Amino acid sequence: MTAGGAPLLVAERLTRHFGALTAVNGVSLDIAPRERRAIIGPNGAGKTTLFNLITGSLAPSAGRILFDGKPITGLPPHVVARRGLSRSFQRTNLFPKLTVLENLRLAAAADGRGSYSLLGGIARLPGPLLRAREAAEAVGLTDRLQEQASRLSYGEQRQLEVGVALATSPKLLLLDEPTAGMSPEETLRMTRMLEGLPREVTLLIIEHDMDVVSSLADRVTVLHYGEVLSEGSFQEVKADPRVYEVYLGSG
Amino acid sequence: MIARLAAFLVLLAAAAAFPLFAGKYPVTLLQEILIWGVFAMSLDLLMGYAGMVSFGHSAFFGVGGYVAALALTAYPGTLSALALPPLAAGLAALVIGFFSIRVSGVYFIMLTLAFSQMFYAVAFQAAWLGAEDGIVGVPRASVVGINLAQPMSFHLYLVALVALGALFLWRVVRSPFGHVLQGIHENESRMQAVGYAVNRYKLLAFVIAGMLAGVAGALYTQLVGSITPDAFLWTTSGEALLMVIIGGTGTLGGAVLGAGAFILLQSLVSSYTERWMLILGLTFILLVLFAPGGIVGALRGRVGLRA
Amino acid sequence: MPALPDLFAQALNGLSYGVLLFLLSVGLTLIFGMLDVVNLAHGSFYMLGAYAGLTLIATTGNFWLALVAAPLVVGGIGAVIERSCLRPLYRRQPLDQVLLTFGLIYLFEDLVKWIWGGRIRSIPAPDLFSGSVTVLGATVPSYRLFVIVFGLGMAVAVWLLIERTRLGSIIRAGVFDAEMTGGMGVNIHRVFTGVFAFGAALGGLSGVIAGPIQSAYPPMGASILIPALIVVVVGGLGSLKGSLVGSLIIGQAETFGKAWLPGASMLMIYLVMAAIVLLRPQGLFGRPLK
Repeated sequence: MTAGGAPLLVAERLTRHFGALTAVNGVSLDIAPRERRAIIGPNGAGKTTLFNLITGSLAPSAGRILFDGKPITGLPPHVVARRGLSRSFQRTNLFPKLTVLENLRLAAAADGRGSYSLLGGIARLPGPLLRAREAAEAVGLTDRLQEQASRLSYGEQRQLEVGVALATSPKLLLLDEPTAGMSPEETLRMTRMLEGLPREVTLLIIEHDMDVVSSLADRVTVLHYGEVLSEGSFQEVKADPRVYEVYLGSG
Repeated sequence: MIARLAAFLVLLAAAAAFPLFAGKYPVTLLQEILIWGVFAMSLDLLMGYAGMVSFGHSAFFGVGGYVAALALTAYPGTLSALALPPLAAGLAALVIGFFSIRVSGVYFIMLTLAFSQMFYAVAFQAAWLGAEDGIVGVPRASVVGINLAQPMSFHLYLVALVALGALFLWRVVRSPFGHVLQGIHENESRMQAVGYAVNRYKLLAFVIAGMLAGVAGALYTQLVGSITPDAFLWTTSGEALLMVIIGGTGTLGGAVLGAGAFILLQSLVSSYTERWMLILGLTFILLVLFAPGGIVGALRGRVGLRA
Repeated sequence: MPALPDLFAQALNGLSYGVLLFLLSVGLTLIFGMLDVVNLAHGSFYMLGAYAGLTLIATTGNFWLALVAAPLVVGGIGAVIERSCLRPLYRRQPLDQVLLTFGLIYLFEDLVKWIWGGRIRSIPAPDLFSGSVTVLGATVPSYRLFVIVFGLGMAVAVWLLIERTRLGSIIRAGVFDAEMTGGMGVNIHRVFTGVFAFGAALGGLSGVIAGPIQSAYPPMGASILIPALIVVVVGGLGSLKGSLVGSLIIGQAETFGKAWLPGASMLMIYLVMAAIVLLRPQGLFGRPLK
């Protein structure tokens, strides 16, 4: 447990079976407010499944999840998102035919107020538009607002992927490999961008790139075969011989 | 935007004035086109904007038509002509939608289709609905003080309602709600992930589309003076789908164009040959194969217009 | 309450109807599983089977020849349709294929009216089964018993084909994952055509055997399609077992509806469907949705 009062997110012995396979096995996590936590581990360690459990896309076979002190286990994804828990996806998951601004505005308007309005104009909802522009600035897409999402470069689509998650004004932002498939240059830009996010947004980030992890994360959790293998600061985890063996050692 | 509104007003004026310089048959054709246009537009809201392909939209057309027939026969008046049909159709849409939106894609197609056939089965066998023969001799009532028995008043009443329906839908697809529907069409799971209660929006869209289809059904009953179980038949839904596709999905205006093309083709071809269904089927197959964007898609391709 | 022999006769009627529905719905469900197409023209294959049978019986005087040849004709038509109309659409959204098959309904119905005329044509039962027999006190046309036995035999044959042969394993793999089938070194396009033709032939077959019971009339295809789709909804898309169980349920619901609820008999199958869908949206044997 990190210092700083009650944790924002608590996962208690989360477990998920797929038939005979146990993808996540008794994982417990405490994420403090304002913390930036990285989750690392080899492919198939259960990282994305863990995200799916936390965000309600998958129901856990056992265990429970508390967010902001309240249980969210078994709630559908849209309710979890409304509580202030937003995620990005490993495989870019946008609204391809809509513009960058429309992508962000839709996400920003998801709090529901006004979204049932049948006759009002979009412009009469200034709040979402404002948050959409803020998110665009945070992910560096301000000069691409009117571009159709499908026409963005790959790197820009990844930026928008994070932007859409950010535009919902979450308390906790879960990022699933934001730098996946990026060139070193794009990765560096994404890292700078993530570092620049406001501290109030707590980060839980799945990442393979150790440079990104070391520069971004306060603490690191290592998953292996669906279980927590090690947890601590980047230096502590790096020094853990078990981690070295299963993960860093194998490259 | 201004140009579009101007074009809309010009078309509206032309439609309203049409009986002044056209005979009875062309006027009836135009009225049919307008009614089917509303029906097709309401389906386009589901199909083209929310991405929900329903093969059961006839259920709401039929409910609107039957409720109008029953109500106008018993209590001719404004309430029976304007309020009850869309309300009943909306209620039917709420029930069918509740079942159907839990599934998507082809399952949604099959469920909506089956539910509309259920209404057909009821109408076909219920004595109080006239069974096979339906309800005939429905009077044109006096609505909001206008005597609709007078042909020109009825025409203007019809044109006004169709215009209101079109304007309403035009607003809806540009409203925040309409944008949510487009988001659902584009990427339903991401909409859920950012916090939208997707099913609630889909159900609301389904009910709105159902209510407008009910308006179309009620207008149809008032135009023809009768309604038969065929209104519920799944091929009625299929024909509306054809109209939307012929015109171009997701364009609203295309739905009316499609309705016009469909009905004109039908009356033209069937006056020359008995093989009207064959030609319709072939036309449709060729359209799906070679012009999936419909008339509007083809026009945009030619003229280079953008949405 | 009706007497026991009546009940039994009803149950047999329901069974023979269910068997017809099975032959239709198994084609629908295979075509859907493999090609991702809800074939709305499936009823048209049923109609074409009945009319092809009518002509073959009229020209050769031999029902059994028609029983073999008519499905082959319909299967051939199916193959042509798949190659010419559906193949260009596989890369588009599945909706386009559904809509195309809707267009086919009009085409086929009008063609049949053109060739055979619009009136009802009765098809004679084969001499061997033209009488009736008494089973457990109920008098049943022997042709119906033949339909039941033949249909159940076909159900076993289809099941063996799908579950026990190499061809069947390719089809099963295709239903599960078309890319994987490609990886098995199989020409996926040929399999698609084959499955569509096979489904069409089964539809045609059910049309031939339905002929002596229901006669042939042009809208017969559109009217059988709905119960067949309901079978698939009830049983679960892409499930052979679902097709069989669904057919038997809907067959019984339809016949007992007619006997017990004469004023609302048509409603019966929809009530059954609504009840099942409420409890299990994916159908009795369908894979869970999403």
